[in-house]
Amino acid sequence: MRVATGLAFAAAMLMTTAVRAEDLAVKIGVLSDMSGLYADLGGPGSVTAAKLAVEDFNPAAHGLKVEIVSADMQNKPDVGANVARQWFDVDHVDMIIDVPNSGVALAVNEVAREKNKVFIVSGAASSDLTGAKCSPDTIHWTYDTWMLANGTGKALVKSGGDTWFFLTADYAFGHALERDTTAVILANGGKVLGSVSHPLNTSDFSSFLLQAQASKAKVIGLANAGGDTINSIKQGAEFGITSGGQQFAGLLVFISDVGSLGLKTAQGLVLTETWYWDMTDANRAFTKRWQASHAGKFPTMVHAGVYSGVLHYLKAVAALKAASDGKAVVAKMKEMPTDDPLFGKGSVRADGRTIHPAYLFEVKKPEESKYPGDDYKLRATIAADEAFRPLKAGGCPLVTN
Amino acid sequence: MAAIDATALPTARDTGRSTAIAAIVMVVFLVLAPFVLYPVFLMKALCFALFACAFNLLIGYVGLVSFGHALYFGWASYLAAYAAKSWGMPIEVSIIIGTATAAALGVIAGSLAIRRQGIYFAMITLALAQMMYLVALRSKLTGGEDGIQAVPRGRLFGTFDLSHEMTMYAFVLVVVLAAFFLVYRIINSPFGEVLRAIRENEQRTISLGYRTERYKLIAFVLSATLAGLAGAIKAFVFQLASLTDVHWTMSGEVVLMTLVGGLGTIFGPIVGAFIVVALENYLAPFGQWVLVIQGCIFVACILLFRRGVVGELAHRLHVRL
Amino acid sequence: MFTILGHPSQQLFGQLLLGLINGSFYALLSLGLAVIFGMLNIINFTHGAQYMMGAFVAYILLNYLGINYWLALIIAPIVIGAIGVVIERLFLARIRQLDHLYGLILTFGLALIIEGLFRNYYGSSGQPYAVPDSLQGGHNLGFMFLPNYRAWVIAFSLVVCFATWFAIERTRLGSYLRAATENPTLVRAFGINVPRMVTLTYGFGVGLAALAGVMAAPIYNVSPQMGSDLIIVVFAVVVIGGMGSIMGAILTGFALGIVEGLTKVFFPEASNTVIFAIMIVVLLLRPAGLFGRSV
Repeated sequence: MRVATGLAFAAAMLMTTAVRAEDLAVKIGVLSDMSGLYADLGGPGSVTAAKLAVEDFNPAAHGLKVEIVSADMQNKPDVGANVARQWFDVDHVDMIIDVPNSGVALAVNEVAREKNKVFIVSGAASSDLTGAKCSPDTIHWTYDTWMLANGTGKALVKSGGDTWFFLTADYAFGHALERDTTAVILANGGKVLGSVSHPLNTSDFSSFLLQAQASKAKVIGLANAGGDTINSIKQGAEFGITSGGQQFAGLLVFISDVGSLGLKTAQGLVLTETWYWDMTDANRAFTKRWQASHAGKFPTMVHAGVYSGVLHYLKAVAALKAASDGKAVVAKMKEMPTDDPLFGKGSVRADGRTIHPAYLFEVKKPEESKYPGDDYKLRATIAADEAFRPLKAGGCPLVTN
Repeated sequence: MAAIDATALPTARDTGRSTAIAAIVMVVFLVLAPFVLYPVFLMKALCFALFACAFNLLIGYVGLVSFGHALYFGWASYLAAYAAKSWGMPIEVSIIIGTATAAALGVIAGSLAIRRQGIYFAMITLALAQMMYLVALRSKLTGGEDGIQAVPRGRLFGTFDLSHEMTMYAFVLVVVLAAFFLVYRIINSPFGEVLRAIRENEQRTISLGYRTERYKLIAFVLSATLAGLAGAIKAFVFQLASLTDVHWTMSGEVVLMTLVGGLGTIFGPIVGAFIVVALENYLAPFGQWVLVIQGCIFVACILLFRRGVVGELAHRLHVRL
Repeated sequence: MFTILGHPSQQLFGQLLLGLINGSFYALLSLGLAVIFGMLNIINFTHGAQYMMGAFVAYILLNYLGINYWLALIIAPIVIGAIGVVIERLFLARIRQLDHLYGLILTFGLALIIEGLFRNYYGSSGQPYAVPDSLQGGHNLGFMFLPNYRAWVIAFSLVVCFATWFAIERTRLGSYLRAATENPTLVRAFGINVPRMVTLTYGFGVGLAALAGVMAAPIYNVSPQMGSDLIIVVFAVVVIGGMGSIMGAILTGFALGIVEGLTKVFFPEASNTVIFAIMIVVLLLRPAGLFGRSV
């Protein structure tokens, strides 16, 4: 009797596992800065966002089995490239997402191209990823330096800030941002009086700020991000820069930075983002779920980009019923329009650029903020077809005339 | 007084037999391993093994502790990568260019550092390496934080396509084994005898009529050149040359590898390199614990375990390894 | 505001001030290293990590215990100095009979452990530490803007350096120390507890590093790697100054800070390597260092 039950049980198990074995196994790797200066804008929050996306997609219903792994690329291209290579070669990872560091993203871009696996850049900014370095395996999500330059840069030049001095992070991102913003400044009748580049993750900006002060430029453009931006602004206050009539332009600012600076210091900063937690009910709902793992913090547009990217990727894989050929999956992702609760409807262009509207925000004054996280007021909406660099202008070899 | 603790150094007579056996074991392992282990991991270990052997030449046989060996490793890597990517040189030529760069840097750094002894020597090598790190940080050639990416491997001698990992592995293995053999010949030559004499008692060696400064400089340049060869090869294994290769932590790592393996032994640096690279690979998911564990190994080696793995083994078996 | 050699005075004096501040830290740290090397014949590579720990103690005291900067200036050196004493007893005493290179490698390993532990808990970006209220703000002197806190750093480090020099060169305790460095056996014969003096000296040197760390906290963010890049520059300072004299370490530290500041104005690309370039020149012309005795 017992033997029979046992056999029946075993048979049942075998049958269920037999059904399971037909599920397509997909492995997603979240490669981010887990402990450094970009950890707050990406980092563990990105892993949470990816998990939420997988939850919402409900893999079982589509015949998929999704696993998420994560690693710290420590803002070093060789570490990032090695993790990517190991993930692709040995650990059967099918897709890498996030990488909020342009230097690392460019390196991983090459590895993904070589191994023909999908790479969704939702954290890094360099517009080269859809320009000269574009790849049939890579999609650039969320934002890029061109969008930032044409959002924040244009707005400031038009409102009277016509002389600029740049404080640039000395790597791919900083150079790309300075280059794109300079183009906008010059196109709108402004002048760049000078620039100085600082090493990534600098703690003491005093010497660079002194140079910015000496230039007498109306706008000090901060072509850096995360911890570097926070330090530049804080130390600028210490040296009395803003009281001397000069204005900081935060070319890339996230809500996590505003949280660290505090509204008193950050008020009045103009910035461009593509997602704000408090704009729609869907955003607020996502934020609540995300905050279950990160109390007291608010998701940034990078986190939203990870969510959106994972969702769209899984849809493409489910439609193709295969995940191993990177080019095929990316082609499918470009074919299908994007649609998710956070970014709404959009599309992926031939050069790998996702297209959706961008928003110009201004940081509220402390007295204007009614509750924690109520940091931004909307100044303008930039329509999707204007927000990103025109397709033909990037120099991407994938774009045929 | 000898710079390095004499009790830690091999004392058994070199019968040549133990060395031959160990060498055969090593070659067999290295030939068969890529079919079982991840070839990229093995290539990384081989490059570091060569780097550690080069370093050991200086610390184990001359008794000079260089804390700035990443200078040669990293800059050879940069120049080799730059030659391949920007000048379009084939891989053989690029590696030679990288190695030559390291040799040149070795001559300059060596002639400055040799002027002082002991601790000062170590501090000068460290400072010079740091200076060149800061140059690499801001230089257009090295690409700063981004490094030199997408270094093309191309075809070896125009025929062998190195994009296949196994072909690349075969190339790396042949070069590194040849370099190991070169190091072995240097150690077991009259030149090597003089180096050992300098390590034991420099004053006495001078009184015997040897120009020790010159010997030390030659050993330094040889060490730098071989370290450069390792760096140049590594640039092609990973197709990337970055700041990590010139940072002082890289200098520290090679000290660690040699210490763990065994100073002044032939196979010590090789074993040490494999152990440390494997450790880092295994510990990578644990984030910054790698630094802590490396530090603990340093402390343990200095306090308790000065002979290192191979040194301890050799001591127990009364052979020279 | 006027210009000097084509650069606005604001910028020139500003950078000189920054240079003096850097020089203060160079002086404090190379002083600590010189004191330790003099007594123990060990190059304390852990010095950078101990400087970092001093800053973290200040951060922890403020954020978890609400203890302010002024108390931290006293508490941190004592706490870290005590840790230094433990390190000396546990590790350094055992290798005293070996060549000092072993000490270098050992202290290097200790530095890695300490930095790794802090990186695990605090990540690798910096923690903010606020300038104490009484020192906030600054004065506009006309030819430059002088933040109060930075002026305080310069003044206080001058005081500390001078006090240390005085203690070692002009007091009886200092003379015991100097004698024990030259001939420990003889000094022991006079009934002075040399091992204890050695341990306490190490603790004092470490305490100096921690003090520098507390002072650095409001200026540079408190981060686990704040010590490691600084320590190598300090090594270069020490090589330039020469290990022989305390006053040499202090003077060279301040002087090199000023040189670095001036280089930032006139030749910015070379500013972070100028100290190393000077080291090379000094090595070629005066291998023992500017104030050093020939070793």
